[in-house]
Amino acid sequence: MTNFTPVSAAIGGALIGLSATLLMLLTGRIAGISGIVGGGLNFVSIDKGWRVAFVAGLLFAPLLASLLGYPMPSPQMPASWAVIIAAGALVGLGTRLGGGCTSGHGICGISRLSTRSFIATAIFMFTAIVVVALTHHVFAG
Amino acid sequence: MIILSAFGCGLIFGCGLLISGMVQPAKVLAFLDIFGAWDPSLAVVMIAALVVSVPGFVLAKRRERPILAAQCAWPTKIEIDRSLVVGSALFGIGWGLAGLCPGPALENLATLSPRVITFVVAMIAGMALHDLWSKYGPMVTHEETLAAAADG
Repeated sequence: MTNFTPVSAAIGGALIGLSATLLMLLTGRIAGISGIVGGGLNFVSIDKGWRVAFVAGLLFAPLLASLLGYPMPSPQMPASWAVIIAAGALVGLGTRLGGGCTSGHGICGISRLSTRSFIATAIFMFTAIVVVALTHHVFAG
Repeated sequence: MIILSAFGCGLIFGCGLLISGMVQPAKVLAFLDIFGAWDPSLAVVMIAALVVSVPGFVLAKRRERPILAAQCAWPTKIEIDRSLVVGSALFGIGWGLAGLCPGPALENLATLSPRVITFVVAMIAGMALHDLWSKYGPMVTHEETLAAAADG
C-alpha cells in the first residue's frame, strides 16, 4: 500500500513530458524506452549512439540523486523468481510486438495523437489492472 | 550534440521517474489496484507529462526538421493490427505481475538488486525472442517488424 502523492507525481510527470519533448525537438527521436533498448541491442543498427547515451543518462539519475542525499529506495519485487522471469519476458516480448511501452505509446504516442497508441495504452492498462485484481484479490493467499 | 542531448534527456527522464515515485514497483501496483487501496499518483504523472508533451509535440510537428538532426523519426504506422493488440496485452500482464515497465526497470539496475537484474535479463531475452521470431519465424514479414518498431 502506498500513499497518494500528487505534488511529486505532477513534478516528476512534467519532467518526463519535458524529456520527451526535448528529445523530439532536438533530435527528432521518440523517447520510448522499449524502442530505445530494442534498437540499442540491434547490432546492425547505425542509429545506436543516442540510444546508449539516453540509457546512460537514465542510469545517471539515481547516482546523481544519491550524491545529493536522496538514495533510490530498493524496489519491492515479487518473491517468486519464476514470476520475475515470466514478468520480464512478457514485458520484453509484449513491448516489441506491440511497438511500444508506457513511454513510447503512453506519453509520446498520445502526444502525437496516434490512435494506435491510444488503443495500446488502453489495452496494457486494462490487462495490468486485471492481473493485479486477480493476484491481489481473487487468488490472494 | 545529439549524443549529449540524448544523455541530458535520459537524465531528465530518470529524475522524473525518481521524483514521481514511478521507479517503485509498489507504487505502480497500487495504481493498478483499483479494487484495493488505490493510489492515483500514476494518473497524475501521466496527465502532467501530457500537459507538457502534447503542446511540445505540436510545436515539434510544426517545425520542418529537428534542431540537431536532418529529419524526424516520426512513426508512420497507423493501422490497428493483431501485433499491436496482442503485444500490448502481453506487456500489460507482465507489468501487472511485477510493477515494472522498461524505463523504471532499467533505472532500478542502479540499486544492483539481483531481482531487478533478473527481470531486465528476462526482458531483453523477450525482446530478442521477438526479433529472432520476426526475422526467421513463419508468420511475420520483415517489413511489418520495421514498422512496428517505430512507435517508440
